[in-house]
Amino acid sequence: MNKSVDNLSKIKRSLTRRNRAEARFQWYGRVAIFIGLAAVAVLFIDIIGKGHGAFQATYINLNVSYDQELLGIENLSDPEQLVMGNWDALPKLALREKFTDVSGRRDKRRLYGLLSNGAGFDLKDRLLANPQLLNTTESIWLLADDDIDTYYKSWLDGEAYAARLSDKQVVWIDQLHEQGLIHLQLNSNLFTRGDSREPEQAGIRGAVMGSLLTLVLTLMLSFPIGVSAAIYLEEFAPKNKWTDFIEVNINNLAAVPSIIFGLLGLAIFINFFHVPRSVPIVGGLVLTLMTLPTIIITSRAAVKSVPPSIREAALGMGASKFQMVLHHVLPLALPGMLTGAIIGMAQALGETAPLLMIGMVAFIVDIPGSFTDPATVLPVQIFLWADSPERAFIEKTSAAIMVLLTFLIIMNTSAVWLRKRLERRW
Amino acid sequence: MSPADTAKPAKAASKPAAKPAVKAASKAKSKPKAKTAAIKTRKAVAPKIKAAQNLDIADHQETVGKSFSDNAKMTMRNINVYYGDKQAIYDVSIDIAKNEVMAMIGPSGCGKSTFLRTLNRMNDTVEGCRVEGDICMDGENLYAPKLDVVELRARVGMVFQKPNPFPKSIYENVAYGPKIHGLADSRVDLDEIVENSLRKASLWEEVKERLHQPGTGLSGGQQQRLCIARAIAVSPEVILMDEPCSALDPIATAKIEELIEELSENFTIAIVTHSMQQAARVSHRTAYFHLGKLIEVNPTEQVFTMPQHQLTEAYITGRFG
Repeated sequence: MNKSVDNLSKIKRSLTRRNRAEARFQWYGRVAIFIGLAAVAVLFIDIIGKGHGAFQATYINLNVSYDQELLGIENLSDPEQLVMGNWDALPKLALREKFTDVSGRRDKRRLYGLLSNGAGFDLKDRLLANPQLLNTTESIWLLADDDIDTYYKSWLDGEAYAARLSDKQVVWIDQLHEQGLIHLQLNSNLFTRGDSREPEQAGIRGAVMGSLLTLVLTLMLSFPIGVSAAIYLEEFAPKNKWTDFIEVNINNLAAVPSIIFGLLGLAIFINFFHVPRSVPIVGGLVLTLMTLPTIIITSRAAVKSVPPSIREAALGMGASKFQMVLHHVLPLALPGMLTGAIIGMAQALGETAPLLMIGMVAFIVDIPGSFTDPATVLPVQIFLWADSPERAFIEKTSAAIMVLLTFLIIMNTSAVWLRKRLERRW
Repeated sequence: MSPADTAKPAKAASKPAAKPAVKAASKAKSKPKAKTAAIKTRKAVAPKIKAAQNLDIADHQETVGKSFSDNAKMTMRNINVYYGDKQAIYDVSIDIAKNEVMAMIGPSGCGKSTFLRTLNRMNDTVEGCRVEGDICMDGENLYAPKLDVVELRARVGMVFQKPNPFPKSIYENVAYGPKIHGLADSRVDLDEIVENSLRKASLWEEVKERLHQPGTGLSGGQQQRLCIARAIAVSPEVILMDEPCSALDPIATAKIEELIEELSENFTIAIVTHSMQQAARVSHRTAYFHLGKLIEVNPTEQVFTMPQHQLTEAYITGRFG
């Protein structure tokens, strides 16, 4: 009797110790999660704080007269004349008319510096779309230069950054502001234009299209190859030293630094097969090499998770092995395979290093329309912008990061959603 | 061969008699007046039963009872099965007669499931599994190189231990076999096959309203009957059942057993079971396996009332298993 009482007190003592250990462990977990979330929060706050400005751009309102003589154009439908047209004269004239007291070459150059040097071409596009405007005058919002944009945004925020502006320019902006002729509006250029040396004209459309083309090719190549390899290895291949060797090497490939794949692509696809540089084809091929191990590994896991009882049932019914795979294993493993593919694609979307090696880091203004057009991709665009000296590229870089992260979040969320949605339970 | 066999049981039975300790263990219950009558507590008996297991099986060569039939559907001769280096079945010879229900019983790991799975070559899928000996159905060797397992499995259906319907609709489950074998010429044909199969598996009344709902949504017993319906949809000649009721409750079990009895009118059935009562209820003949050897085959009634072999007796009286 005494002994059992003794034991009970021992158990009680050890129980408090055990409970404390468990509580401690739970706290470790909570702290770890908090640190992780805090890191993510800091990242997001920093990026959004820096990048939100890029979604707005500064515009200046001017009265533009589409003067045929000034342009030197007789026929709007003649492409040669359009090229020769003096489009820059339109915004310059408008500025001179607005600030009539400006004289002297230097001041005039500063005055013209208020507007983006692409303003003339914007007006050309507008005129071509609306030919009836010829020889009329209209009040229109024109894109401001990036230095003006940076100054105006920082001035609105209360910490004016005027280092790159002359005093006169500051005065002009003040005047425009008082008259309500300068304002911020949605920066559609960011989503509709390709890269540019002028930050206010630079957009991510080219990079997004490049990413899209590259990813489409990557998916088209890596998903069928990866799934076939996974199914063959899991269902058909004999289990011997060779398949073990292959398995080890697939896992090794998954751990190879991505820049090595870039070098491989450079050596094989470009130097040996003479695929053109900088094009989505070669990017897609390199990213396929890189994503294949991921897709094979996740697909194999998905095939493995199909219960053997289903296989037995199919075989027991007289299904051939191929029918068993096609009718039963594949449909059941598909959600897992798709999840793996999406995660692989997300990885490929964020990949920069291998693409640097195959020339997708070039400065490309045109928006790629096919697999053989020179292109760059979003993460490389971020890299390029981060490297640019203009202050206005800081917010562009952050904005591009936000767009990239949005795509990644969408892809990863859809992977989770797909898994939850399609997953079957037995 | 079968007439000559009749003399063997006696011989086989007399062999172990040379070892008094073993004999004592197995006879302790039936003949209390033997010289070991004093040993009555379980403690004393247990080690001797162990001895019975270890010694007898090593010596055991011959199957006692009536292994063979004049009206055989399947004939198995000198079957040895190996998993890699490990031998799982030792020299088993047995016939399964037409339209008979053959029960296979024995302690866990005795090889009865392995043996059952050699009958439709399900063991082919197991890595390192090797089958020796002759297995014939209607005189045709099932392990002939030119025989296609797909055809064999259409002729020898199988029902597994755990109900394993495909994660598809009830209809699709039953229609799968006829579809892949091209048995139905039209949709109407297929509908008829599905209905008939479900009727034969006495499931039709319960599921006719929800044929297009997933088969995995049925109860365990219904799922198992669905698997039986699926198996009989391709009109096999033989149905193999591997402990079909081990995952079911008693009511579902009773239904399956009733079904087995009905099915035996049209099919030849080989059933592996852990439940001796079940073997006694549903089967015509019973085969007792022990550590990979076929110990005794006899009409079920005889096995459960007057087993010929002491190991069989030990097993059915619950002394090991």
